[in-house]
Amino acid sequence: MIYFDNAATTMPKPACVTETVIAAMNSFGNSGRAVHGLAMDASRTIYEAREKLAKLFNCPRANNVVFTANSTEALNIAIRGLLNPGDHVISTDLEHNSVLRPLYDLEESGVETDFLSADRQGNIDYDDFSRRLKKNTRAIICTHGSNLTGNLLDLGRIGRFAAENGLLFIVDASQTAGVFPIDMRSMNISVLCFTGHKSLLGPQGTGGLCVADGVEIKPLKSGGTGVQTYLRHQPEELPTRLEAGTLNGHGIAGLLAALNYIEEIGYENIRTKEAALMRRFYEGVREIPGMKVYGDFRREKAPIVTLNWMDVPSGELADELAEDYGIAVRAGAHCAPRLHEALGTKEQGAVRFSFGYQNTEDEVGTALDVLRKICR
Amino acid sequence: MREKELRFVVTFHTTAEAMATEKLCREKAIEGKLISAPRSLSADCGIAWSSPAELSGRVKEAVEAAGIETQGFHEVMV
Repeated sequence: MIYFDNAATTMPKPACVTETVIAAMNSFGNSGRAVHGLAMDASRTIYEAREKLAKLFNCPRANNVVFTANSTEALNIAIRGLLNPGDHVISTDLEHNSVLRPLYDLEESGVETDFLSADRQGNIDYDDFSRRLKKNTRAIICTHGSNLTGNLLDLGRIGRFAAENGLLFIVDASQTAGVFPIDMRSMNISVLCFTGHKSLLGPQGTGGLCVADGVEIKPLKSGGTGVQTYLRHQPEELPTRLEAGTLNGHGIAGLLAALNYIEEIGYENIRTKEAALMRRFYEGVREIPGMKVYGDFRREKAPIVTLNWMDVPSGELADELAEDYGIAVRAGAHCAPRLHEALGTKEQGAVRFSFGYQNTEDEVGTALDVLRKICR
Repeated sequence: MREKELRFVVTFHTTAEAMATEKLCREKAIEGKLISAPRSLSADCGIAWSSPAELSGRVKEAVEAAGIETQGFHEVMV
C-alpha cells in the first residue's frame, strides 16, 4: 500500500515511537498519583514532553502545556472555556468541524460568530478581519493550515491584528505543528491547539493546548488530579486545571520520542522533503486533462494536493486507487463544510493526497502513472 | 475508470454501523465489501456496504435481524 493519507494521520510512525509506547506500557505507573518509581517515571516523561512542546512552540512555560486526547478536545476546551454569551468571534471558512461545531453550539447560547469568506482558491481576504471587528469581539479562532487544501494562514499577521485590538487568538495547528514554525509569543497566540498523531508523528490519542500567560480557561471537565484532593473544585493551576483524570502516559511517551525524532532530523528538513513530494505530484497531476486541483500553490503550503477528475465522484476515484492500485487517499467530505461550499465541491467531495516524511519520490511517480492511466 | 455494475448498497448514519454490517456479512458468508458511499445517495456516513444486487434479500434480512440501524437500502450502479 502506498500511503498518501498523512493529513488524517501519519503512518507508519518512526520505530522509536512504537518502541517507546510499548516500553511505557510495560513500565509506567500512573503519573501524579504516587511517588514510587513507576509512577514517577511516567511523571518525568510527561513533564519532559511538556518542556519539549513549550520549546517547540515558544510557549512561556512547560506548565502551560496541557495534554488532551486530540486537537478536537483541545479546541473544545479553549472555545467553550473562553467564550461567554454576548461575545463575538471571528473565524474563517477554512475551519474544520472541530472549530465549527463548538462555535455553532455556542451560537445557541448567545455567542455571535462571523466567518471570513474563502475564495475559489481557498484564500481569505485579511482585510476582512478589520471589517468584521465589533465592539464585543472577544477572539479570533482560525486554523494554521487547511486540512482540505493545505493553504496556510498568516499567523503573524492575524496575531498582530488580534494584539492591536485586544483579542484572544486561538489557533488550530492540527495540520502544521512540528513541521511549520509556530512561535506563540511573536505571533501573539493566546491558545495553540495541536494533535500528536499527524505532523508531530506521535500516537493517536495525544494532543493538547499551549496557553499563554494570563489566559484563564474555564475547565471543560473536572475530576481526579492526584493533587488538592479535598478541594471541591478543579485546582486553579495549570496544567492540572484543564487535565482531569489519568493522562495518556503511554501515548505521551511516544509523542516525546516523536519530538526527539523530529528534533534529530530537523523540522526544516521534514518540511523541505514533504514540500518537494507535494510539488512534484502537483506539477504532474495538473497536466492531466480534466483534472481540477484545489488550493493555492503559489505560496508555501502544507503538503496536501486535493483534486477531482472531471465529474467523477471523489469516492469512486479513491476506491479504485485503493482496491486496484493499493494507493490510500481520502475522499468525500473532509469535515470542512464551509470550505467545500467555497470551493464548489459539496456534491462531488474531493480526493486528497497528503504527503509525509516516510513517502518517497518513487511512490509519487507511481501515483502519477496510475492517475494518467485511469483518468482518461 | 472502472466499468459500473448494479449493486445492492446499504448506507449508514455512523461508521460503527458500517463496521457491524461488514462483520455480520463476513460471519454469514455474504459476499460484499465496504465502499465509499455514492454521493448520489447523500449518506450521512462516507462508508457504505456493497453486495451483488442478487444478494439484496439476504443482506437486508441479515442486517434487520441483527438490529443494525441503517440509513437506507439502494440498488445503484457503482
